[in-house]
Amino acid sequence: MTAVMGRPDTALPADVDVAVIGGGIMGLGLAYHLALLSGTGAKGKPPLSVAVIERSYLVSGASGRNGGGVRMQWGDAGNVRLMMDSIELCKDLAQQLGINLWFRQGGYLFLARSEAGEVRLERNVHLHAEVGAPTRLLTAAEAQTIVPQLDVAEVRLATFNPEDGVVFPWAFVWGYAAKAVERGVLLRTHTSVTRVEPLARGYALHLSTGEVVRAARVVNATGAWSGALNRQLGIDLPNRPHRHEILSSEPLKPFLDPLVVDLSSGLYFSQSTRGELVTGISLPDAPDGSDESLTLHSSLRFLTHLSRTLTRLMPITAAMKVLRQWVGPYDVSPDGDAIVGPSPGHPDFIQVCGFTGHGFMMAPAVGRLLARWLLDGEAHPMLARWSPGRFAAGGMARREDMIIG
Amino acid sequence: MTARTFVCRCEDVTLGEVERAIAVGLADVEEIKRYTGLGTGPCQGKECLSALGRLLVARGLVPAAALRPFTARPPVEPVTFGALAAGATGPVAPEDPSR
Repeated sequence: MTAVMGRPDTALPADVDVAVIGGGIMGLGLAYHLALLSGTGAKGKPPLSVAVIERSYLVSGASGRNGGGVRMQWGDAGNVRLMMDSIELCKDLAQQLGINLWFRQGGYLFLARSEAGEVRLERNVHLHAEVGAPTRLLTAAEAQTIVPQLDVAEVRLATFNPEDGVVFPWAFVWGYAAKAVERGVLLRTHTSVTRVEPLARGYALHLSTGEVVRAARVVNATGAWSGALNRQLGIDLPNRPHRHEILSSEPLKPFLDPLVVDLSSGLYFSQSTRGELVTGISLPDAPDGSDESLTLHSSLRFLTHLSRTLTRLMPITAAMKVLRQWVGPYDVSPDGDAIVGPSPGHPDFIQVCGFTGHGFMMAPAVGRLLARWLLDGEAHPMLARWSPGRFAAGGMARREDMIIG
Repeated sequence: MTARTFVCRCEDVTLGEVERAIAVGLADVEEIKRYTGLGTGPCQGKECLSALGRLLVARGLVPAAALRPFTARPPVEPVTFGALAAGATGPVAPEDPSR
């Protein structure tokens, strides 16, 4: 018997302990872990009542639009450790969620074509060795033994981590949704929160259906759409939407093991377990500037720019066909670090935003650590670093330079 | 038709799988597409979408007048990376020397 997913007619009570706005991977992963930890009535506390409210269908936002890459190759020890946790969780998550996540550890192969890139990869390998991530340096020729179709003429250095991999994002979201619902989370879809009203304790959420739900604590898990909700409460955070385009090819027999990243161009490509090549690239802003509009239109400029870069690095792809292209919004934080925790001036309005294009891969670890903090106040080093209060306090520090796309 | 009849021949999605999506509470063509993979193959839903729409209307899940196709994804038909690369204009993209 398959558990019921979210429905547009899920009954919501007048009061809940935690209301999560946004049924993406962050909101659902958090709800799943809250239900998992509190459902047993641990430490004598009664189980929490948790509602997740999604304005559209599940996987409608960035969680259903990303490339599914999962890697521990980061430039900063905190991110490497976090992603080691996330990948560890991914290993038996399919079993726990009872759904095929199409998780495949084919590794990530990073290519440097510049001296600056070379320096970053050398630094990463030393850092990863200290933290315990099995990343190794490769020559161009060694990189070619992993992906024989690469043209490595311009490649100066590469790194490979066999633990990195890819997942199929849709299944992941359905898995969290089903298990959260099975454990008592109320999941309402096709319903938006039109107004957030602060109360003496907690908030009243006014819904598009005319209903009002009061919540002791509210979690803003709406990613690139989070600004509008925050502004209603006068919460001023600097994360902004950024359109990111991506495409997939016709499905082919398995031929490509790792996800490949070219640092110089920001090109990345992998073969999904369904057989498609999934690929994106850093696209320079259009002549009229960066598009923060949250419109999800596709562009020919992306297709041609990506195709030229891809066919130079991987000439065999010239004969492969593009099947479909689409867009998802990154929720970009100015220092590249996520924005997670109590909002300035609103300690019971909790952010889990600003993941800058890498939220999906971090979600398994984030859901667990945030649930532990919400339930038991358990600290985590990343929570101190991700504090939404850091911008006003001047505590912003750029630590990470391995943000791709 | 049986539960094993293919509704989407590109992605091998059967009627039974669509029925299961409906059974877990999904009734929107966009969400059923993302739950089953229906319509994400080479024909991009040109064949299966009408069958799904007809089923949703017949079950009373979506009023016929409210039925919408899922978002069309470019390109209209599959195009090679080689042909698209030839369409790139201007000099080869300036690459970021700091990366």
